[in-house]
Parts: sequence; C-alpha cells; structure tokens
Amino acid sequence: MKTIGYIIQKEFKQIFRNKGMLPIIFILPLVQLLILANAATFEIKNIKFAYIDNDHSTTSRELIEKFDASTFFNVLANYSSVKQSNSAMLNGDVDVVLEIPSYFERDLLKKKHNNLGLTINAIDGATAGVESVYVNQIIQSFNKNLRIELMAAPDELAKPINITSIPSFWYNETLNYKTFMVPGILVLLVTMITLFLSGMNIVREKEIGTLEQINVTPIKKSEFIIGKLFPFWVIGMGLLTIGLIIAKLIFDIPIVGSLALMYAYTSIYIFVVLGIGLFISNYTDTQQQAMFIAWFFMVIFILMSGLFTPIESMPQWAQIITEFNPIKYFVEVMRMVMLKGSSFKDILPQFLKTVLYAMVMNALAVWSYKKTN
Amino acid sequence: MKRFRGFIIKEFYHIFRDKRSLFILFGMPIAQILLFGFAITNEINNVDIAVLDHSKDATSEEIINKISASSYFSIDQFIEREFDIETVFKQGKIKAVLNIEKDFSKKLIKESKAELLIITDATDPNTANTIYNYVTAILQNYQQSKNRNITTPYQITPQTRMVYNPELKSVFMFVPGVMTIILMLVSAMMTSISITREKELGTMEILLVSPLKPFQVIVGKVVPYIFLSVINAIVIVVLSIFIFKMPVEGSLFLLGLESVLFIITALALGILISTIATTQQTAMMISLMGLMLPVILLSGFIFPIASMPLILQIISNIVPAKWFIIIIKGIMLKGVGLQFIWKETLILLGMTVFFIGLSVKKYKIRLE
Repeated sequence: MKTIGYIIQKEFKQIFRNKGMLPIIFILPLVQLLILANAATFEIKNIKFAYIDNDHSTTSRELIEKFDASTFFNVLANYSSVKQSNSAMLNGDVDVVLEIPSYFERDLLKKKHNNLGLTINAIDGATAGVESVYVNQIIQSFNKNLRIELMAAPDELAKPINITSIPSFWYNETLNYKTFMVPGILVLLVTMITLFLSGMNIVREKEIGTLEQINVTPIKKSEFIIGKLFPFWVIGMGLLTIGLIIAKLIFDIPIVGSLALMYAYTSIYIFVVLGIGLFISNYTDTQQQAMFIAWFFMVIFILMSGLFTPIESMPQWAQIITEFNPIKYFVEVMRMVMLKGSSFKDILPQFLKTVLYAMVMNALAVWSYKKTN
Repeated sequence: MKRFRGFIIKEFYHIFRDKRSLFILFGMPIAQILLFGFAITNEINNVDIAVLDHSKDATSEEIINKISASSYFSIDQFIEREFDIETVFKQGKIKAVLNIEKDFSKKLIKESKAELLIITDATDPNTANTIYNYVTAILQNYQQSKNRNITTPYQITPQTRMVYNPELKSVFMFVPGVMTIILMLVSAMMTSISITREKELGTMEILLVSPLKPFQVIVGKVVPYIFLSVINAIVIVVLSIFIFKMPVEGSLFLLGLESVLFIITALALGILISTIATTQQTAMMISLMGLMLPVILLSGFIFPIASMPLILQIISNIVPAKWFIIIIKGIMLKGVGLQFIWKETLILLGMTVFFIGLSVKKYKIRLE
C-alpha cells in the first residue's frame, strides 16, 4: 500500500513540475468549452439570400419585403441576370437565390397561379433542406395574404380540412443549442485529457528508459498500474467539476438530475478511458505511436458518439459499432441526467455496460503490462 | 546537397522502419473516410417515436400509418397515459411522442379542423426541430390528398432547384471535412512530434553540430511527411470519387496543387509547434487538444459558420481548415477555377509564410 502512495506522489510531482503541460491540462480544455460550445449550432440563420426581379411589380416588391423582414434571411443583393447570380453562388457569396419571372404579377392575376425560381446551394444537404422550408413558409403566408386581399369572400369556397400540428419542445423549450452541446463537449474534454495523458504515460518511461528502473524495483504490476492511473483519475474528476461549474454559472445550463449520480458514473467512466490509454501505452514503443493510435480512436469515438450527429440516423452496422464507444454512453448519461433528470434506473443499461467495459479494459491493461523486456 | 539528400533518406528510413506508425498513417485515413462517409449524417431516419392516441378512430389510424410508412420514423410503442410521456423520454430511446386529441375524426368532419400535439425531446434541439418539421410535412401531405378536389386560387409555387448536390447527400458535406481533418492532424502532429523527439532524446544536439544547416535539418524532417501526406490526399480523393461518387467538377490538377499547399500550411504549423514545445508530450497535446476540436467545430465541417456568434465567425478566419474546406468544395462540387478561389488560396499562402517566419524567429540553434 505504501508503495502505491509513493508512485502516486511521484506522478503528481511530475505532472505539476511540467510547467508547459499544466496550462494544456487545465486551461485549454476550459477555454475550449467556453468557445466551442458557442460554435456548435445547427440553428440556421443569416441565410445569404439574393434575388432577381424581372417583374418590378408591386407584388414582386411585396414578396421581397417579406424576405427582408424575416430574421432568417439576409437579403444581400439584387442581381439583374441569372449569369450574375450563378457567379455569385460559385464564389460563395450567396446560398439562396429567388428568381421572379417577367410578367409575374400579370400572369398571377390572369392564371391565378404562378411559379417562382428558387436556387439553393445544396452542398450542405441538411441546411439546404431547412432553407427550402423557410422559403416555403414565407411564400405560403404570402399566398394566404394574397387570397384575403384578392378574393371577396373566401367563405364561399368549400372548406378544406385543416390539421394543425402544435410543437411542444420538452426539456429545452427555446431549442437552445448550448444546453445540448455543453454537456457533450465537457464529456469530450474529460475524455481527451485523460486518454492522451494515460496513453503517453508508460510509453514515455519506456522511451526515456526509466521504465527499466521501475521494473527492477519490487513493486507489483497492479500497484504500479493503480499508482499510474490514480492521478489521472483525479485530474479527470477535477475537470468535470470545473466544467460543471462553468456550465452552471456561465452557460446557465439547467442541472436537473442528481449530481451524485453524475459523479458516480464519471468515476467509473474515467477508468474505462484510463484502461484504454494504458493498454495503448503497453502496446507501443514510442510516444508517437501511442499518440497516433489514441488520436485514431479519439476521432472515431467523437464523431460516432452521437455528440454532433444523431446515432439513430446511422446505418445499422454503424450503430453496432457505436455500442463499443465509451464516449457514446457518457454523452447519453450526461445529457439524460443533467437535462432530463433521469434516475439511476433509467441509465442502468449504460451504467452496466460502462462497468463491464472498465473491468475488461483494466484487466487487459494489467495483463498486457510486462515487467520483462 | 549530398549531405542533405543523405539526411532525407535517413528520415525516410526512420518512418518506414516504424511499421506500426506507418500502418496507422495509411490505414487510418482509409478507415476513417469509409466509416464517416457512410455513417455520419445529420439527416434523420428511423427515429423511434411513441404514439398517444386519445381518439383511436379511422383518421388517427390513417395518420399513424402515414407516419410509420415514412422512412424517417419508426413507431416504437403506443402509450396510454400522459404520464408515460415523461417515463419514455427519461429512458432516452423515444425522441418524440405524437399526441392525438380526443374525437379527432369527429372534429375534423364537424369543424374542418383538428389539432395534433407533437411532443419532442428537445435536449437535442436539431433533431427535435427536424422531427417537428417532418411530421408537419407528412400531415400537410395527408391534408392535401384529402383536399384534392378543392382548388385554392392565387397560389405561388416555388420551383426549387438544389444545385451542386441535387440529392442532398450528406457525404458531399462530410468528405471534404474528413479529408481536411486527416491532412491537418497528420501533417501538423507528425512533424511537431518528430522534431521534438530529436530534442527530447538529445539527438537534436548531434544534428546541430553536424555540417547541415539548421534550416536543412528542418526541411529534411518535413520532406518525407509532405510525401506521405500527398499519398494520403490521393487515397482520400480516389476513395471519395469511386466509393462515394463525389464529382470532381473542376480541375483535378488544381485540386492537387491546393492540397499540397494545405499540407505545407499544416506542416509549417507543425514546425511552429515544435519550436514552442520542448517534449513530445507537450507537442502532442498542443497539436491534439489545440487543433482537433477547433478543426472539427470552427471550420464549417459540421456546423455552419454563418450561424455562429459574430466573434466566433471572426475567430474561424484564423483556422486554416476553414479555407481549405471552401477550396475543396469549390473545386470538387461547384467546379470553379482559380478565379473564384484565389482569395482563399492567398490566405493559406499567407498563413504558411507567417508560420514559417515565426518558426524561423523562434527557432533556437543553441541548446540550453
């Protein structure tokens, strides 16, 4: 027991002595939380909008005014030809172009219906879909006004059925993205720091040659591993605490669920990450290799965690892969407990899988650590 | 010159001898681009929803059938009480509950209107909003089919044309992003590590007292990585063309040149990091922590930059990845030539010069 104490002491000293690393461990993640939580939004506003008005009538002007008044659209330019608008779109100056044909008003009054040309830059397909919905909404409300204006008594018509759908957004009524992203990014930062630090740790001793010195001491394998893991576990928990404080004080994220549950889950989760880190460390010879592998898994873990894009939309085989992604469980648990106040019973499946994962990874880490060269 | 060549050959040997790193260096981009190209999408499909049907009549059944027939939703369960909504949300699987009011059909016949409540789990605001929009669209469709013989006059219909990506494939959005991440991190991280490694192991001292000039040492370190990154870029482009059917509307040659430029920018950044960091650990943490999230989040790879707060839009300008993503999308999808992307190219060029200049200034020939 005493030996573990010394190892832990040594590790802490080494961490706090390295002045270059301290800000990277403690400051960088928090700055990132502050900045990036603001960046991660799918909300679509300030759409770069331009129009070509070939009609120059009252109706066409009224229609353009509607777009001008909408908060979603930024009416940037008025082009005189399709050629101009195409070139602007190639240049990336505009994303949505509305083309009003010649004799638009006249034909509308005569034929009682008319078409408009709408061109959308669809490279980002999801955004393009939303942009098209917004344009349609504006045009539909314009249609409605038009009918009221131009038709004497709309009641004479046969009444069409009308189903109104009323949205009710639970847990996040204003659809605030920060509420969604802050717990997720916090998870990422805790994971990245603990994984990278533990992944580099033993391999660094190997590379510099100090591991050999430790190997000839009477310290036991498990003591050594625990001594190595513990300081990073403390750092991870510390980051979680600071992150939660920032979430509450700066982002005003509602913390509905039980803090104790979050801490209990995190304390086990960090062991999973540390286990993975040590395992990588044991199987590599240089820090470069270790980092490379850690990075490889990190990018996959991040992008397949459901943090940025929904897991349910992935193909079946990809969803099966995400089952092996510890970050996925952590993101789910944090969001469920923090925002919805889920209880231990609700997160039991994630909890059990994480415990299992932690046991397997740490067993592998201890087993793969060889004291002999 | 001969000495210099010898040095570069030594560097190549170093890299090719380390089979594990080499395997990751080439295997990783392929694995990632395949995984992400197929798996990442911000569309929704097969979202699990629950139904709380208070009226249980012909119309409500028709609507439920319409919704379950769409590929966006799969109806996971029917619940009976309002109270259960909270329970299913807390379990986390169900993302939305369709609440159909009592006497739905009757109201629709008598008053010609009825209401349907769409309750979504908005902890994910994007999915929540998308679900709402899709359900509404399905309902409107249903309405239209019911109202077919009633014509509405004075109707303006927009004829929408989705340019550059008519099928709205999200792969077109993500492949350029993944390519950028891979090139950025591989180039910046590998160079910064390989230079600090010499420092940490003490072999930098030997190189500095050798007749090679300091800048030759650095260039010698970088050349093999340019070579490897170019191969990576080629592999990624080939995969995206043949597997994801990404078009290359513009000039392949220009795409190649721009990629090389971006690789050099990333390498210059790596050199800069190595002049700051003294240990491999620091170098790696800076390149990983400092580059990974900004490259993913502030480059327009996943999240649209135009929607960010103004201050972040300004910050995003110093992320080289942002400009490269604009360039790749321009060349591959829009088919533009240099006259449309000269500004982005100049910015990358400027950044490269800046990074190199700063590194030269910071580079210490003497050891402490």
